Amino acid sequence: MKRVITVTVLNQSGVLNRVTGLLMKRQFNIESITVGHTEQLNISKMTFVVHVADETKLEQLIKQLSKQIDVLKVNDITEKSIVLRELALIKVVSPANLRHEMNSIVDPFRPQIIDTSKNFVTYQVVGDPDKIDAFIELIRPYGIKELTRTGVTASVRETQPVETPQLSILK
Amino acid sequence: MAANVSTTNEKTDTITTSQLQTEVNNKPRNGADILIQALHDQNVDIVFGYPGGAVLHVYDALYRNPIRHILTRHEQGAIHAAEGYARVLNKPGVVIATSGPGATNLVTGIADAMIDSIPLVVFTGQVATNVIGSDAFQEADIMGITTPITKHNYQVQDVNDIPRIVKEAFHIANSGRKGPVLIDFPKNISASVFDEALAEASREEELYLPGYQPNTKPNFLQIQKAIQAIGESKQPLILAGAGVLFADAREELTEFAQKYKLPVINTLLGLGSIHGQHELNFGMAGMHGAAVANDAIQKADLLINIGARFDDRLTGDTKLFAPNAAIIHIDIDPAEIGKNIPTDIPIVADAKEALKALLQKDFQGPDTKEWLTYLNDKQDDTPYWYVEDEKEILPQQIIEMVHSITNGDAVVTTDVGQHQMWAAQYYKLNHDHQWVTSGGLGTMGFGFPAAIGAQFAKPDKKVITFCGDAGFQMTLQELALLNEYNLPVKVVIVNNGALGMVRQWQELFYDGRYSQSLMPVQPDFVKLAEAYGVKGYRINTMDEAQSILEEALNSDEPVVIDARVKQLENVYPMVPAGKSLDDIVGVKKF
Repeated sequence: MKRVITVTVLNQSGVLNRVTGLLMKRQFNIESITVGHTEQLNISKMTFVVHVADETKLEQLIKQLSKQIDVLKVNDITEKSIVLRELALIKVVSPANLRHEMNSIVDPFRPQIIDTSKNFVTYQVVGDPDKIDAFIELIRPYGIKELTRTGVTASVRETQPVETPQLSILK
Repeated sequence: MAANVSTTNEKTDTITTSQLQTEVNNKPRNGADILIQALHDQNVDIVFGYPGGAVLHVYDALYRNPIRHILTRHEQGAIHAAEGYARVLNKPGVVIATSGPGATNLVTGIADAMIDSIPLVVFTGQVATNVIGSDAFQEADIMGITTPITKHNYQVQDVNDIPRIVKEAFHIANSGRKGPVLIDFPKNISASVFDEALAEASREEELYLPGYQPNTKPNFLQIQKAIQAIGESKQPLILAGAGVLFADAREELTEFAQKYKLPVINTLLGLGSIHGQHELNFGMAGMHGAAVANDAIQKADLLINIGARFDDRLTGDTKLFAPNAAIIHIDIDPAEIGKNIPTDIPIVADAKEALKALLQKDFQGPDTKEWLTYLNDKQDDTPYWYVEDEKEILPQQIIEMVHSITNGDAVVTTDVGQHQMWAAQYYKLNHDHQWVTSGGLGTMGFGFPAAIGAQFAKPDKKVITFCGDAGFQMTLQELALLNEYNLPVKVVIVNNGALGMVRQWQELFYDGRYSQSLMPVQPDFVKLAEAYGVKGYRINTMDEAQSILEEALNSDEPVVIDARVKQLENVYPMVPAGKSLDDIVGVKKF
């Protein structure tokens, strides 16, 4: 199962290596990872998307990460109400005669054109990973020359849905 | 002429020493000095090490402001000695090595300490900060190399941080689940002059480790649940691991077991957590554990694991492990709980604190009379066994004799393999902290240097190391230390001319194809010992074994005993790897 995990760490040298090394040692498969500073000095936050086999593995992952001295907090935010965002830069073959068609096709994704040349155009698209996947599939037939993605970062919404016990009839 | 030379030398010596003294008094202190001071602050009385280019400043500071330093003959010897020291005294062992090869030679010992939770503080030299990353002479990325095998590691970036880092390192190494901490020390930092005020501030600074707050006190509700489970059980069983020893909880464990008449079994590393011949002790469980101990696990309806980590050599097939038992798991490391065996009642706590909490409540314990009768009968019916050989000495007999000569009081270290298992089976320990063995990593070459460290830790105790002929040859260069420091370590080489355990597996699982497991050519261990100025003995026959062992073990000197034993003897009982504990073989009914 795919999980989104955030790890708050002290910004010491080698901390990224510690965390990714641990995931490698314990054979966890990382789909994406992003790191950056937080609002607090010397504290960084990493966001992982990982594949884990089952609940026990997930528990191990969280406990092993928490055990690191430089790790302050580990959260599995998959089940929460969250905003997931990723940015992709996609350079596509775009001859003048097709460009107008392409732009109108991708318009619902609200991409930005950040670079153009005679035969190429580079789109920047932001959104949750599914949206980016869809965008890529849409544009692929035109010929992707270069594609880079930042990986997912996430923010937990301030207001979480209140958990109410479900009536058995609704289950 | 010779006399002249010596006089000149003496003179030079005197001058340099006094010059040095004045220099020392006037010289501003450097990073190396502050490191040594930090070690003094931690009450370090002994360090094991080996000098080299990147730690010359540290060794110079040691010269000025001495802490007892033991110069081993290889860095691996130093770190295993520190492990032996740490095990016996239950406090961190300290190691110093230089950069590059010095540091990489420590790697095996660091990994060994990590998996067996042995507290160590390891200092490695590093090339100067301005050339780190340039593939400089004797540079190795020891931070990268040791990140997965240390509890934590540091590279000192600022000389004024040294007091804080050393303080944190000792705290981390020796608290929570113990383990090795490495401090990488670039040469220019050890040379740079530090700011007395800043360093003093760093020395006074309170420990601040927001990401490290091990929980030692048990949760009250969990203790309640445990008590209820124990009260309702019919066939409860305590599995005591090394966590009991690290927590110094032998008394509490024994009291708890006695109070509620609970049978106790041990892991390999937990041996000594209750008296080896206590009536409630049913021995070691696991791959080569006692038949009764393994049977007890499979029959128990409640397994109380205190400070053990359900290692695969203990559990065999985890799916078939303790099929009837509810599991209470007391561990200081939350990550161990539920890692290998699903747990019903987890208790994250120090073993001593948890046992104290359990002892505080007086509750109606279970009636274990029948259960204990069953276990006692089983124990009498299926003891460890061997069939005496007319011609050759059996390794088990050597260990039994050593046990009886030393009354089970000696500090025993072992190497890894068959002799290790026999030592665990036949050397019944009277005390805690007298058993030093490499469990998790299974490091050959561990036993002998570990005995050296143990002897430094307990100068008045008899220290015996059981080694195989092969493992001993991996670190035998440390024989030089026995003579140099007059350490009365007794080396018992259980010599079967083979890599016994490898050979045994090849016999059992590879149709007897002894691929590279026999060692027909060996040094003459007696002469080898003598070459190092140590008395050597050889035991060839059963007739002479007792008298030679008595003489050698009762001597005040270091000795090496080459005991020639039967090559084809196997360790039994045995649970084949990956099988259930029920599939134990080599159990003989008596």
